[in-house]
Amino acid sequence: MHQVNPPRLRDTHVLLGHGSGGKMSAELIQSVFLPAFHNPLLSNLNDQAVLPLAGARLAFTTDSFVVSPRFFPGGDIGHLAVNGTVNDLAMGGAQPLYLSASFILEEGLPVGELQRVVDSMAAAARTAGVQIVTGDTKVVERGSADGLFITTAGVGLVPAGLDLGTHRIAPGDVVIVSGTMGDHGVAILTLRSGMDFSVHLQSDTACLSGLAAAVLAAGGDGVKAMRDPTRGGLAATLNEFAQAAGTSILLDEAAVPVRPEVRGVCELLGLDPFNVANEGKLVAVVAPEAAPAVLAAMREHPLGHNAAAVARVLAEEPGMVYVRTQVGGTRPLEYPSGEQLPRIC
Amino acid sequence: MAVTVTRWRLQITGTVQGVGFRPFVYRVATALGLRGCVWNSPAGVVIEAEGPAGALAELRQRLESDAPPLARLAAIDVVELPPAGLGPFCIAGSQGGAERAALVPPDAALCPECRAEVLAPEDRRYGYPFTNCTHCGPRFTIVRALPYDRPQTTMAAFPLCPDCTREYHDPRDRRFHAQPVACPRCGPRAWFIGAGGTCTGEWAPAFAGAIQAGQVVAVRGLGGFHLTCAAHDPEAVARLRQRKRRPDKPLAVMARDLAAVRRYCHLSAAEEALLASPAAPVVVLQRRADAPLPAELAPGARTLGVMLPYTPLHLLLLAAAGTDLLVMTSGNRSGLPLARDNEDAMAELADVADAFLLHDREIANRCDDSVLRVVDGAPLFYRRSRGYVPVPIPVPAPAPGHHPTALGAGGEMKNAFCLVTGGQAFLSQHIGEMDVREGQAFFREALARLSRFLEVTPEVIGYDPHPGYQVSRLALGLPGTHCPVQHHHAHLAAVLAEHGVVEPAVGIILDGTGYGDDGTLWGGEILAGDLRTCRRVAHLGYLPLPGGERAIRQPWRTAVSALALAYAPDEAERLAEALFPGRPARAVLGMVRERLNSPPACGAGRWLDAAAALLGLCLDSTYEGHAATALAEAATGLAPAAPYPWRQEGKTLDLLPAVRALVADRLNGVPAPAAAARFQLTVATATATAAAGAAAAAGCQRVALGGGVFQNPDLLVQVRSLLQSRGLQVLIPRQVPPGDGGLALGQAVVALWRLTPTR
Repeated sequence: MHQVNPPRLRDTHVLLGHGSGGKMSAELIQSVFLPAFHNPLLSNLNDQAVLPLAGARLAFTTDSFVVSPRFFPGGDIGHLAVNGTVNDLAMGGAQPLYLSASFILEEGLPVGELQRVVDSMAAAARTAGVQIVTGDTKVVERGSADGLFITTAGVGLVPAGLDLGTHRIAPGDVVIVSGTMGDHGVAILTLRSGMDFSVHLQSDTACLSGLAAAVLAAGGDGVKAMRDPTRGGLAATLNEFAQAAGTSILLDEAAVPVRPEVRGVCELLGLDPFNVANEGKLVAVVAPEAAPAVLAAMREHPLGHNAAAVARVLAEEPGMVYVRTQVGGTRPLEYPSGEQLPRIC
Repeated sequence: MAVTVTRWRLQITGTVQGVGFRPFVYRVATALGLRGCVWNSPAGVVIEAEGPAGALAELRQRLESDAPPLARLAAIDVVELPPAGLGPFCIAGSQGGAERAALVPPDAALCPECRAEVLAPEDRRYGYPFTNCTHCGPRFTIVRALPYDRPQTTMAAFPLCPDCTREYHDPRDRRFHAQPVACPRCGPRAWFIGAGGTCTGEWAPAFAGAIQAGQVVAVRGLGGFHLTCAAHDPEAVARLRQRKRRPDKPLAVMARDLAAVRRYCHLSAAEEALLASPAAPVVVLQRRADAPLPAELAPGARTLGVMLPYTPLHLLLLAAAGTDLLVMTSGNRSGLPLARDNEDAMAELADVADAFLLHDREIANRCDDSVLRVVDGAPLFYRRSRGYVPVPIPVPAPAPGHHPTALGAGGEMKNAFCLVTGGQAFLSQHIGEMDVREGQAFFREALARLSRFLEVTPEVIGYDPHPGYQVSRLALGLPGTHCPVQHHHAHLAAVLAEHGVVEPAVGIILDGTGYGDDGTLWGGEILAGDLRTCRRVAHLGYLPLPGGERAIRQPWRTAVSALALAYAPDEAERLAEALFPGRPARAVLGMVRERLNSPPACGAGRWLDAAAALLGLCLDSTYEGHAATALAEAATGLAPAAPYPWRQEGKTLDLLPAVRALVADRLNGVPAPAAAARFQLTVATATATAAAGAAAAAGCQRVALGGGVFQNPDLLVQVRSLLQSRGLQVLIPRQVPPGDGGLALGQAVVALWRLTPTR
């Protein structure tokens, strides 16, 4: 594993950026959680832990959901809470089976709203073929939480013989994305900003276990690793791949599918669509010989019509991600780090 | 009767290699009847001479008074030795050694003698594009290693013919030990590749045909490639702009001679001297109002960047094309370093150039053209590169004795790095943008080369703490002791260092954006500090930049941001929509209101952006400093009676009253140039007033000016005269650019001073 400088936390207090999914989150994990909880399963830093149990391999993951607004075009917090955990299991190649759900409710939350969220969770669970089998509820005083927070955990079974993970990524591999980048994050941003963008964007929140199964069926052993590029977007996922695998990745900007309206909002806000969250997209690293079959299988799946091969894994400069820009030149694609400060003087 | 014979060893340091110094010594010594020897050493040039004491003293004196034009002597050390019965005076081959003060000379423009030969039909070098002698020709761009001898240059690939051999070995010849000496028989050659493939005949007629047909030709020159086309052909210029994705930035031109320059531009004595100097830089000149030139060369600009032919190839290009003016812009894709090899250029410039004029003399060190402007009577660097690099700049040392070698890594854009060793600062050639891998590779390569020339390894490294700077990440990956140097402190230190000032001074540092100590973006700074430390005394007010870098590329956004701060919400919205119709002004107001990706910045450049956009002078910036340049161009020649109102509250210099007055002027039909001039004067007055107050409070007499905004001649003169009228001494950067091209020198010096104990 390539790690030049072990990060140390410079901040004395937790900042919003520590939850951004970018560089600061990574620093927090590396400097606070990993040293305390240190164990080989955790230090893989995969989206799920795979536990050898009684001859079977159990995938196990957890995630918390604090999205605001709670209802948005294309989904809601309940939908996300189920799919987020299901997708983390599916990215490890597991068949998702059972979920837990814990709720932190703010005093005064309308019960009708809670009911809508819970109904949405039930529907999402049915679609994903999982059951919510245990749970917990806490109510906190008004002002101590923003309405409703949900934590889900999930378990699934990893088929025998399947070996997925960043350790298998090798130079020459191809990176494939299952569709347009940035849809969820931009949809939420347009709602949250209190600004009228006069565009109608939908979150892409979806259950990825079917798509993941299709990828594995088509690519077999040629599928090396899968991630859903949520917080921090494609940039964070590719940086995680490059750092964990000790390779570099060269992204072809022109090859990455981005909806024109997402591009437009990003242009206006000065954001990079590669840094923006997705909730229903899959990034797969596959051996070059498996790439055509995986790409074809994705494109046949309802969630993968816009799939594209976007990047290649290279040996030199381990840990770096570069993007070949459309105007020419190859610029580093950094781990998103909160607000991007202008560098132009 | 016998004359007392004395033997001296004279050790000369400075730029004394590759400039005809040894033949000069030979001629003087033999004329004085001295015996002995002269040779190049890694430390410079060494002379051992034996003869009457008077003749030796005469020799020493003439070393200084009669040195060849390109030589720059740093020191002459004399040691007297016992007489040894030396033989007749001779020039010995170069010797190796450890000490490394000997310097690679900078490239020097075509000298009058070589020019005459190239143009004389009976001369054996008639029409030969690679003619040179000890007074001119390629130097830095062809050197791979020291000492500077032909086998260590890219001319090693060309064995000398008998004629050139004779010239090279004849101490009375102008080409004696001219390392790049060449002729059509043995030297490099040029060829032309057009639409029909490689041209088998003469390149000149093919080149002429391409230019006359309006084509864009990539020309391999001295330190890289140029893209050239007919400057009088608007369509050719427009084509070049479109292909290079450079819609507005002024294009440099090469004029046949000074008469041609005068046809298009006003030319002062200082400007003429600069144009015709051995460095032969691009000089930004005031264009004649009636100059018959297409607007496409420099849209909306009253200036023109002009240079003279500085190699025989360039002279021949202009002659062949039958024109007095060619566009000569750097041969790169926007944001990337210069192409170097023929193959690279043909690949990179395939969709930019219609044809290629290539040659087979390799470029060891890429080096862009330097750009200067005569500002306030003296040259001011916009870019310091070819013709100046690697001439060192003496800088103050923190304590006597040996110091570690310091590296300043430089800025993210317009990067140049700087090595400081032995009290000399070696600023690199223009490296360019560091946010692309190609720029980083060029940085590494150039740093390795300059370190090897100087035989040093950086031990302390000054870098900009901006978290997004790729150059700082690169610097932190280099071995050594790392020292963060705040952006504007580095600018201040660069000015102080070139003036040799070690005492505290006040700085007015005005630029676009630089990372501040508090994590916000600074750039309208009144600082007090020295070569070690610095504190912020006052600053321009903050403006949110809606969309971050997007706001820098679209100054109208910053203007909307200024409106949001200067007016009540309804009024701001009404004005924003009225002034920027067809733009998403309301959305940008929303971003400012919601603080959505709108980092606050206080750079003077951002305020000038806002003013330029509010006056309709520049809404979209397609090159760095575009809006500020448009504002400055509009204001040129106007002398407003008074600035707009502004006020100081605590440390903040609030320009919002000026914004309101400017908007009122615009709405009342006051011409934009008058309002532009007044706003500029407001920035000058506010910062000069605050600086004068800071100087009084700190009890210092000196105020240093730095930052890219001081490329603006009017603003510089206004600030300078306001400060002088208050009895203050003003330090202006004259050795390095005021902008980020000079940043590295300040970083290196601060790192060195901080990490060295006080004397």
